[in-house]
Formats: sequence, structure tokens, C-alpha cells
Amino acid sequence: MLAKSSSAALRRLFDAVGPVDAVGIEERVAKYGTRSIKKNAKLWGLKTAVSMVDLTTLEGKDTPGKVASLCRKAVQPHDADLDVPRVAAVCVYPAMVRHARRALGTGTGVKIASVATAFPSGQAPLETRLAEVRAAVADGADEIDMVINRGAFLAGEFAAVQDEIAAVVEACGPAALKVILEVSELETYDNIRAASFLALQVIRPGDFIKTSTGKTSLNATLGNNQVMIDAIRDHYLDTGIAIGMKPAGGIRTAKQALTFLVAVKETLGDAWLTNTRYRFGASSLLNDLLRQLAKEKSGAYQAPYYFSEAAESY
Amino acid sequence: MSRLPVTKTPKPYVGGAFIRSESGRTYPLADAAGAFFAHLPQCTRKDLRNAVEAAAKAGPGWAKRTAYNRGQILYRLAEMLEARAEEMTAVLVRFGVARAAAAREVAAAVDRLVYYAGWADKYEQVLGNVNPVASPHFNFTVTEPMGIVGVVAPDAPSLLGLVSLVAPVIVSGNTVVALASEATPYPAVLLGEMLATSDLPGGVVNLLTGFRRELVPTFATHAHLRALNAAVGPEDAKALRLGAADSIKRVRIAGAAKPADWLSAREESVYAIRDFLEFKTTWHPIGA
Repeated sequence: MLAKSSSAALRRLFDAVGPVDAVGIEERVAKYGTRSIKKNAKLWGLKTAVSMVDLTTLEGKDTPGKVASLCRKAVQPHDADLDVPRVAAVCVYPAMVRHARRALGTGTGVKIASVATAFPSGQAPLETRLAEVRAAVADGADEIDMVINRGAFLAGEFAAVQDEIAAVVEACGPAALKVILEVSELETYDNIRAASFLALQVIRPGDFIKTSTGKTSLNATLGNNQVMIDAIRDHYLDTGIAIGMKPAGGIRTAKQALTFLVAVKETLGDAWLTNTRYRFGASSLLNDLLRQLAKEKSGAYQAPYYFSEAAESY
Repeated sequence: MSRLPVTKTPKPYVGGAFIRSESGRTYPLADAAGAFFAHLPQCTRKDLRNAVEAAAKAGPGWAKRTAYNRGQILYRLAEMLEARAEEMTAVLVRFGVARAAAAREVAAAVDRLVYYAGWADKYEQVLGNVNPVASPHFNFTVTEPMGIVGVVAPDAPSLLGLVSLVAPVIVSGNTVVALASEATPYPAVLLGEMLATSDLPGGVVNLLTGFRRELVPTFATHAHLRALNAAVGPEDAKALRLGAADSIKRVRIAGAAKPADWLSAREESVYAIRDFLEFKTTWHPIGA
């Protein structure tokens, strides 16, 4: 009985949002890597990517000291003579938000993002999850990264998923929200598109949808990213509401980051090439971006140990 | 019925795999008689960069092997070369080495590998030390591998030159990114196939084919290369030294003082191993 009603609900949702041409998506994203980005365009792309990084540490062994050094790196990623921008945000666990706030102070422009809602599984009572969001915002988080209830989604309880997202939007108050779909657990492109729309329909302009927690085997890929930015484009053309995008996990090299930016430019346009609408959830990516920037400046390939150690999580 | 010829595509050995150049470029190689032999990948500085990344990945694991095991693996490489000595000799002959000289070169290359394989668990006793100090300390010096070392092989002897430059570097736990002889690159490609079957972990030795004028500047300036072991002329040597100064890398030019006599036992020495080691001295307090 449950299976029947859930499959009917699934069909209705898919009818509304339309299917994804999986082969077409793979075909299209395979081409993004072939764009030739050199010299000034590359320099611009690398610096833009730095400004879009959510510098992340999400580990059980995080300490206030580690978060503080992450914050220092966020404010000044490298020697001043490299002329790199600050990153967009630091991303930490709720318990670390107040330490991050103390380390960052105010006025640096670097935001504090906190994962909440029983990250990464989302398997906690709704009240607990909402309380976690409120606590993080009260401690000074500018942005909240929530996970959707994948169990409910896969069971076909879409209204429940959407209501929960709406409840978190309310709990966020002034803080921006990033909705993590955890694409690796959604299994198909059709599901990713459907889940994207569930989120897009209830979040506010300036909020984001995000691929993954970084805690599963498969994370942000160009294909997943493409399905989600296609959904953002379709939603924008329908409603005029501009939602941001954050791929997270698995983006480790500058070259990958540039390819993602190509996808954004060719799907959403220049208006999304800013850190108010596009972010990279990453930790080791920043060092590779800096390494390539230093290479562009000096002409010599750089050794990785010239750059400060990255946080080890995704 | 006549068979269609099955010709080999020569591909250099990088990161444990046989690669084409990322640029897709190749250049035609002719044998000594002037007949077309094959197209070889014309590697670029980006291929060099990728090879350095591969070497960086392989380095810690290689350095952590026991000295005894590194010796075994080098000896195994000698076994592989010995088993295919006929094939290697024929290749050298095809590229203009007289048959007797070619056989001598292959035998010398095998012997050189065995020589350095033997040093693997012995150089530390010779180069390390317990130092006398006038304080209650146990003071000792041990060696550590430097990291990734760039090798530029001489034009000739294409096989023995390359082996003589690579073996003393990797025996201590360094990894290598090497540019094969520009004049005769094919023996290095063949050596790569032997490396692949010698228990040597992928990425410890990475071989590139291509042009010196394109790659020497990157060998010189790549900051992740900690040292260079090159057999090049004065002009390339100068370019390497100048570029290396920026990232303070060690440069050893084989045959700089007097022309190298590759076949001679003078070309094999524990000091070639020492040139690619860092020395660490430890002061350990001892009770009164």
C-alpha cells in the first residue's frame, strides 16, 4: 500500500519537474573539460574560485585551535604579494561556530557557515534538528548547511521533506540556507532533479542547494552539478527567483574547479560567477588554487609544501 | 596467408602506466639506417608536471620500504633486463651501436643495477656516523632520501647512461622523473616495460621522451624536484644550475669535470648515492 502511494507521488513529482536526459548530461559535461582557459582568463578563474571557497573542516577531531587557524587562512590564504582574495566562508560544526566567530571577529567579509540538522545523516527528530539550527545561528553562524531527509525522500514522502526544509528556512532567520541533497544517496539524475525542485520551491533568494556532505564515497561530480544548475536555471526562468549552488566534496584540483566554473558560465551565465551564488565546499582545493596562482606569477611549478597544510576533511 | 604486421606504439612509463603525451604530440623516430621506426610521444612540461605528481605520490611508500627490500627490487630489475638482454641489444644495434659494444652496454647496465642493489642496505653504515661530542649526548648522523629527483640522460650510451643516473638515486628511497636520451629514446621506453615487471612500485621511476630544449627549463625550475642528476653539455648544465638556484636544488652534472667513461667501474660509487641524501644529526641525551 505504502509502496503504491509512494510510487504515485513520485510519478506526480516527476511529471511536474520533467525527466533528465542522463546520456545527454554526461555528453555535455564531458565537453566542459575541453575549453582552453589560459593566461588572464585562467588567472581570473583561479582568483574567482578562491573567492568562492567554503573552507571546510568537519571532523570529530576538530578543536577550537584548528578552527582558529582555518579562520586565519580564510582571511589571508597566502602571502600578501600573491594578491589573492579572501575565501567566501569557513564551514564548521555547530559546536565550533562560536570559536570561529571569536577567531574571525566581524568585518573580514568571511562568512561562517555551519552544518546543522544532524549532519551528515539527518536522522534525528525534527525538533532536535531545528534546535541545532537555532543554536548555530545564535552563536553567530551566517549560513546554515542542512541535510534533507533522504529516507523520507526515497520513501516518497515528498511533502514531509519539503515541510522540513520550510521549517529550517524559518529557523534560520537572517542566516542563508544551503540545502544538501546528498546526491550519492539519491541514486539517479531524475531523483536529483526532483529533490532540487523540492528545495528550490521553498527556499529564499540568496539561499543555496548543495550536492553532498562529503561524507560518502561519491561526491560532487560535473554530472550532478549540471543536473542541479539546470534545475536552478529552469526555476529562475519560471519564477525569477535566483538560487545559488554549492558543489561539495571531491573537488581537489584547480583544474576541476575551473571546469565547474565553465559549467556555471555556460548554463547560468555570468550572473552566477560570484560567491553570492556559487560556492565550492572544499578544504584541499584552496591550496591547489594557491599553488597554481603562484605558478602563474613565478612561471615555475610549485612544491605543495610551500603552502600551509589544508584541513584534512573534504 | 600473409599476416598483417603488429607494430608496437612506444609509450613512456609514468606513474606505473604507459602514457601518451597530454598534448597528443608525437615525433617520428628513424633508426640508424634512416628508416622510419615509430612515432614517439613528444612530452611537454605538463607531462613533466604530471610525472612529478606521480613521483610525489609514490615517494613516501618507496622511502618506507626496508633498505633490504629496495635492494631486492633493484636486483629484480637487473633480472628483468638480463632476461631481455638479447632484445635490448638488438634495439641498441638498430640505433647504431656496434653489436659487441651493444652487448657490453647491456651487460654493464645489468651489473650497475646489481652494484647499486648491493649498496641498498650498506650505504647507511658507510655514510652515517656516531659522532664524538664533549657533552652527555649520544650524537649520531643518519641519512634520509631527498624526495623527487630529476634525471636528464645522456644522448649516448642511451641505456647505460640512464641506468647509471637513475639507480643510485632510487636506491635510497628517492623517486625519479627522467628524460630519456633525445637521440636514442627507444631503449628507455623498453626499459620502462622492464620497470613495470620488476616489483618497482608505479611512480618511483617515471620516464619521459621528448626534446631537451623544451623540458630542461622546467626540470630546472620545478620547485618540487629537490635535485637534478644530469649528463648534459655545458649550455644545458648552465641552464639547469641557474634555474635550480631559485628553488635551491642540488645539481649533479655527470661528466662535468672530465668526460664520463660509462662502462668503467669509476662511474659506480657510493658517493653517487650520497649526492642524493640529506643528513640528519640527532643529539640524544644520555644519563650521567
